[in-house]
Amino acid sequence: MSSTSSKIARISGRAVAVRGDDIDTDRIIPARYLKTITFEGLGDHLFEDDRAEATRNGQVHPLDRPDHHGARLLIGQSNFGCGSSREHAPQAILRWGIRAVVAGSFAEIFAGNSVMIGLPCVSALPDEIDALIALCESQPSLEFDLDLDAGVIRAGDLTVAISMPDSARSSLLSGSWDATSLLAADYEQVEATSARLPYIRWAPRLG
Amino acid sequence: MGRTLFQKVWDQHTVRTLPNGQTQLYIGLHLVHEVTSPQAFAELRERGWTVKAPERTFATVDHIVPTRAQARPFADEMAESMTRALERNCRDFNIKFFDLGSGSQGIVHVIGPEMGLTQPGMTIACGDSHTSTHGAFGAIAFGIGTSQVRDVLASQCLALSPLKVRRIEVNGSLKPGVYAKDVILTIIGRLGVKGGTGYAYEYAGQAIDRMTMDERMTICNMSIEGGARAGYVNPDETTFEFLRGRPFAPGAEAFPAAVDWWRSLASDADARWDDIVRLEGADIAPTVTWGINPGQSVAVSETLPRPEDVPAAERAGLTEALDFMGFSAGRPMAGTRIDVAFIGSCTNGRLSDLREAAHVVAGNRVASHVRALVVPGSQKVAIAAEKEGLDEVFRAAGFEWRGAGCSMCLAMNPDRLEGREVCASSSNRNFKGRQGSPTGRTLLMSPAMVAAAAVAGEVVDIRTWAVAAGVGR
Ligand code: SF4
Repeated sequence: MSSTSSKIARISGRAVAVRGDDIDTDRIIPARYLKTITFEGLGDHLFEDDRAEATRNGQVHPLDRPDHHGARLLIGQSNFGCGSSREHAPQAILRWGIRAVVAGSFAEIFAGNSVMIGLPCVSALPDEIDALIALCESQPSLEFDLDLDAGVIRAGDLTVAISMPDSARSSLLSGSWDATSLLAADYEQVEATSARLPYIRWAPRLG
Repeated sequence: MGRTLFQKVWDQHTVRTLPNGQTQLYIGLHLVHEVTSPQAFAELRERGWTVKAPERTFATVDHIVPTRAQARPFADEMAESMTRALERNCRDFNIKFFDLGSGSQGIVHVIGPEMGLTQPGMTIACGDSHTSTHGAFGAIAFGIGTSQVRDVLASQCLALSPLKVRRIEVNGSLKPGVYAKDVILTIIGRLGVKGGTGYAYEYAGQAIDRMTMDERMTICNMSIEGGARAGYVNPDETTFEFLRGRPFAPGAEAFPAAVDWWRSLASDADARWDDIVRLEGADIAPTVTWGINPGQSVAVSETLPRPEDVPAAERAGLTEALDFMGFSAGRPMAGTRIDVAFIGSCTNGRLSDLREAAHVVAGNRVASHVRALVVPGSQKVAIAAEKEGLDEVFRAAGFEWRGAGCSMCLAMNPDRLEGREVCASSSNRNFKGRQGSPTGRTLLMSPAMVAAAAVAGEVVDIRTWAVAAGVGR
């Protein structure tokens, strides 16, 4: 079995900010778009209901601002991605064109799902997030540079320390974020573990 | 030094430490449904892999099934094709499928326990965040994404980092009219929707000890709404008695040995918890959410918070929620007019939930402006309820009685809110758009409170309303 993942150390590009704490997965990708047997096309529906709500209220959602098109970094606030374990959420973000998410904090399942598809989720202190958001909103064309190796994000004159779980960082830097091959290698050790579990023996025959 | 159940189960299922420092954890039970699995099976095929332990993998169809017209092919082509894909995947990979014709279909978190598949001491994974439900049995159960579904299919393992354990003790007893749903809504309200990040929640204390398995499942189900990846209750006699005789539970011969092992897994008295939180059961009131996340709740007898009452950091979130809901700050929760009443979901769609709700509606009529539906959590729940005549009680009161599925919990099926409708719901999420209308509004509460709201046409306090209406316990 061969791994299909590549090393991810640095992501550069323009950024787009989505304000608000507790942005949940139903907002990132509404459930009606989970009616699919592939992840294709999900990017078109990213934040769809929020975008429509903004339009109804006479506003423009950041994703709909032309100067944010092509952004590669998404900036959010606290508890980003809470709610469902649907991988459709990070898939929609990735397929819209985002290559890394920076936020005050993340819901765990969301961050884990993201790393597994090669989408780094890094956090920064709330004040620094506010500064990054202000920068990205006032200068949409500014280049942001996320350096996982150095543990910083640079934008204009600003350098902000970022953090992420060591395991996620190491998986991304070494290109082993697609863990399946690793887990399936040496299946004997897996079988030895299961053989020690009493409930495996108690399982009644399948009817 | 003693260990917690979490540590014991984790250690027994550890295969090895991975290069990135995570643990490779063996998964004892993998539950699969139609929404989060097709892409995983597709990749399996693409990479030429097989399902490593089909005998530990079970599937059902729940999210997209229509609850009214269930004849195949489904009217919704996408729902039909997702069901076909799962049928084919189960056939090709030799996985047991509890399909619509099986008599055992239902919401994945209802049927696992019901079939006796969910057992103490297991590691359980399912591509659904409410997998934490299974922790009610003293299992460690994780909601996972589609890439991890692929991992489990291909290796029967997950790469995970251990969680800390927070013990949440609910001491004393609950007052009449207060249910497991109120307990978990209160816990989430107190600790916050991200308070559980990095933790598994261990629920304990006299009030939890006295609870039935159905009630413990309601509590564990919503662990994830408090940010905790997993939640569990230490197994005890209630757990063992629930499992005895279930189709996939250990048979009579093996059962005593199983009980011995299960008992040994409970957290030791001298275990070291990373945090302990204590609540008094008697302080918990019937609780209702007023906002757009499950932490935004008040006791039904209270008023909605005002922006000036909360810390500055929470003000924007509070205002956004009130604006979306169209509720003014400081007004009473009770008396909120509802349009829809939904009883069902993996949180509160079990037989005992339907009994409690039926008890409230018996002899009453649903208010004329309210659309009300009851959706049993599984076909077995539906059959058992019908045997007791609960379907008749609900129908006579003006509720619709539907087939098993997730239904209006997330509206990936024909059951959904329209426009700005307000729904009293026994489900677990009140996110914007959750029940199918981007502008629809959800009020989470216990099934008994939903039933009372359906009859009254507005949110009522079950404790006083029941007395006035001559119903309740
Ligand atoms: S009932 Fe609701 S929360 Fe439970 S599995 Fe179905 S959609 Fe998810």
